[in-house]
Amino acid sequence: MGRYFKDIFDSVWTILLGMKVTIKHFMGRNKTLQYPNERWTLPERSRMRLFNKIEDCIGCGQCVRACPVDCIYMTTEKRGKDELPIYASDGTPIKLRVTQFDIDMSLCCYCNLCTYPCPTHCLLMTQEYEFAVYSKQEFLYRFAKDKPLAPPKPVHHASHAAPVQ
Amino acid sequence: MDAIFVWLSGNIAAYARLPESLQRLIPMVLACLICLTAALLFVLMATWGERKIAAHMQDRLGPMRVGGWHGWAQPLADGVKLLLKEDIIPAEADRFLFRMAPVLVFVGGFAAFAVIPFTSSFIAADLNIGILYAVAITALGVVGIIMAGWSSNNKYALYGGMRAAAQIVSYEIPSVLAILTVIIHVGSLSMQEIVLAQQGGVWNWFLFRNPFTFLAFFVYFLASLAEVNRTPFDIPEAESELVAGYHTEYSGMRFAFFYLAEYANMLLVSCIATTLFLGGWSGFLSQPLLPGAFLFLIKAMFLVFVQMWLRWTLPRLRVDQLLHMCWKVLLPIAFVLVMGSGILALK
Amino acid sequence: MQVEAYVGEEMVLNMGPQHPSTHGVLRLELETDGEIVKKVIPHIGYLHRCFEKHAENVDYPGVVPYTDRMDYVASMNNSFGYALAVEKLMKIEVNERVKTLRVIMAELNRIASHLLAVATYGMDIGTFTPFLHCFIEREKVLDLFEWTCGARLLYNYNWVGGVSHDIPDGFVEKAKQFLREFEPVLKELNELLSYNKIFINRTAAVGILAVDVALSYNVTGPNLRGSGVKWDLRKDEPYSGYEKYDFDVAVGDGRFGPLGSCWDRYFVRVWEMAESLKILHQALDHLPEGDVQEKIPKKVRPQKGECYGRSEAPRGELGYYIVSDGTGNPYRIKVKSPCFTVLSALPAMAKGALIADIIAILGSIDIVLGEIDR
Repeated sequence: MGRYFKDIFDSVWTILLGMKVTIKHFMGRNKTLQYPNERWTLPERSRMRLFNKIEDCIGCGQCVRACPVDCIYMTTEKRGKDELPIYASDGTPIKLRVTQFDIDMSLCCYCNLCTYPCPTHCLLMTQEYEFAVYSKQEFLYRFAKDKPLAPPKPVHHASHAAPVQ
Repeated sequence: MDAIFVWLSGNIAAYARLPESLQRLIPMVLACLICLTAALLFVLMATWGERKIAAHMQDRLGPMRVGGWHGWAQPLADGVKLLLKEDIIPAEADRFLFRMAPVLVFVGGFAAFAVIPFTSSFIAADLNIGILYAVAITALGVVGIIMAGWSSNNKYALYGGMRAAAQIVSYEIPSVLAILTVIIHVGSLSMQEIVLAQQGGVWNWFLFRNPFTFLAFFVYFLASLAEVNRTPFDIPEAESELVAGYHTEYSGMRFAFFYLAEYANMLLVSCIATTLFLGGWSGFLSQPLLPGAFLFLIKAMFLVFVQMWLRWTLPRLRVDQLLHMCWKVLLPIAFVLVMGSGILALK
Repeated sequence: MQVEAYVGEEMVLNMGPQHPSTHGVLRLELETDGEIVKKVIPHIGYLHRCFEKHAENVDYPGVVPYTDRMDYVASMNNSFGYALAVEKLMKIEVNERVKTLRVIMAELNRIASHLLAVATYGMDIGTFTPFLHCFIEREKVLDLFEWTCGARLLYNYNWVGGVSHDIPDGFVEKAKQFLREFEPVLKELNELLSYNKIFINRTAAVGILAVDVALSYNVTGPNLRGSGVKWDLRKDEPYSGYEKYDFDVAVGDGRFGPLGSCWDRYFVRVWEMAESLKILHQALDHLPEGDVQEKIPKKVRPQKGECYGRSEAPRGELGYYIVSDGTGNPYRIKVKSPCFTVLSALPAMAKGALIADIIAILGSIDIVLGEIDR
């Protein structure tokens, strides 16, 4: 019998306690950021959109090997001995011409494993996160500027096959 | 209603030339239209208010964009959206019952507004069995809910309908007993009489007049929460368990009817509680400074706010705990209160 | 498992893969008689993404992003367990700073994961408000992680031999500020949810997991501790410097109902958050100096062999069984997922429950389908 009344008292008391918490929040400040009008600045280490400064790329292929989902496609060809020697911005000589450097952002898992092995630090993850596109083909980012001199050799390894142009 | 009749026959010269039946009919229709419009406007505002109150209790903002200032036009946008939706009736559903169910629930919710005394002169129908009519008409909603659950041909909806039937029918008893504690002191079932018995300042309200009616207010409030399917008693529409309960299969305007009926029911029980326990349109002081309608609305809206506050604070009860609470907790307490109130009234 | 032909008024109700309350895509087949559930059969596999097969085709550092995605709520702990297992295989000993940083990140992620578990459990029971309050705190933890390593949910932080980023300047102050702000929130959560009589009525008498059933199903983590067994890998087999920290093991005590109920499991999680605060205070105060990447090998190529490394993830004992054949890619990685074992104990816990109780039990065992299906 006493248990019956104790239960009723407990219920009422805990309900009132809970209501006190809610009403305190009701009168308090809200924590919402109204998105398109107010945006917050991301920290500098944010891993958002990938960017490759193709002028510094020496074509070593370390990033291609490091990527766990194989989303970087790169083809290179040797620069001829008679061409002018070019250098990256930190002085490394560039021996290969990068004719294709595609990153498929729809496959990318944003793990950042590709930026560490890059010797010239040309592959970076920037802080830009508003890069939605209307069609999936636009997610294939093509960074290479040079055109191949020789016709491309047929590629055998399936995971590094160049996608259909 | 009589006030309208007096006003019309006094100010419009041609009014007396209409046939007798029409002279009686027009004020009735006008009064009902005013009640219905007021209730619907309030219901629209209540949907906006619920979202804002919920949001502020959860440290966020709620609607902010539609209409400019804090999204006040959000219910209008929702209404337009629901009107434009495709009306889907499941292939195996019982078509007649499926269509009738929202109508019954809507009527059960809004028809009882006819006996609510908003001010001392305005009440759409001053029946001498006012409160009995209100309780009886709201019971029509249960039939609608069961019809909705059954005719949807959906196991989840059936569960919702069954639970709702058990819940609403059980909780009518403590709620009527709590009402009875007040009626004993008034001696009449008419709503205006009940308010007139509470004149003379805040200490004459039935809430404060004697401890039995004080407790009866809480019993009535809890029982009416269960009547309108609000948390903690919102099992029939428990979102996390049954997807949406008895109105799972409804879309578009039919769903809007259920939705509006829920808020109308909330307002209705708040109005009845205000009339019975908080003095209706009578004021806090013996000579009220503010108009009666304003006071009534303040009290009713405060009770609606408390209902929303409870919804966003409490978990929901399980079906057997809910029925345990009705039959083993609220009902004995309600009986004791009726007896105590009766003994006090004998003196 | 097939449901036998049912007679009478029994109904087979399918809580399908899409449901507001199953934490992920889980299909529960319930055989009900009115409201009472006679049998519950879970069907999994809707989120299978072939983690173990992928792990055979990438190199050891490349497996870390895949491990993040198994239990996506507590991703620091997943990669922690994997790094421990590979370091055990390669016999690498990391320095003290790496150990402390890993503990800090793991405990912060434990708080975040338990906040999510507690909040979604409240939502299943019917309160929507603690969800929002808990997520505000979770956002602060995720902000700390984003500041450190750049990502909010899937971090790729614990590498073989070290961690990916050292903490930025000012991290310790900001983390301590978060800890200071978090304690009153825990107290408020208790007032709003834990000691609420309606919540206790819903959870304290259902889902009883007896100790012998738990041990026979190999249940670990907060689910086992909720049944009264004091077993925590951080205390019983300490790794990565946990022996230095002074904290209690949260064990259910059955104060509102039988021991091993849903309330006990839920409250063990709330209590564990408070214990994690203690560990974090100690770790942040005594953070040694050092280089976090000095022991990372140029090429991760363990010798032939196999090893099993286990750690205490927020959901239980997470184990990695790694078989290496001497090349740069693992030969086989098998993951022992804690949620898988506790989900297989669900039919034993759900005897005689009502449908609403099934929801309560499912929420209290705190499963993440990503880890079950891998």
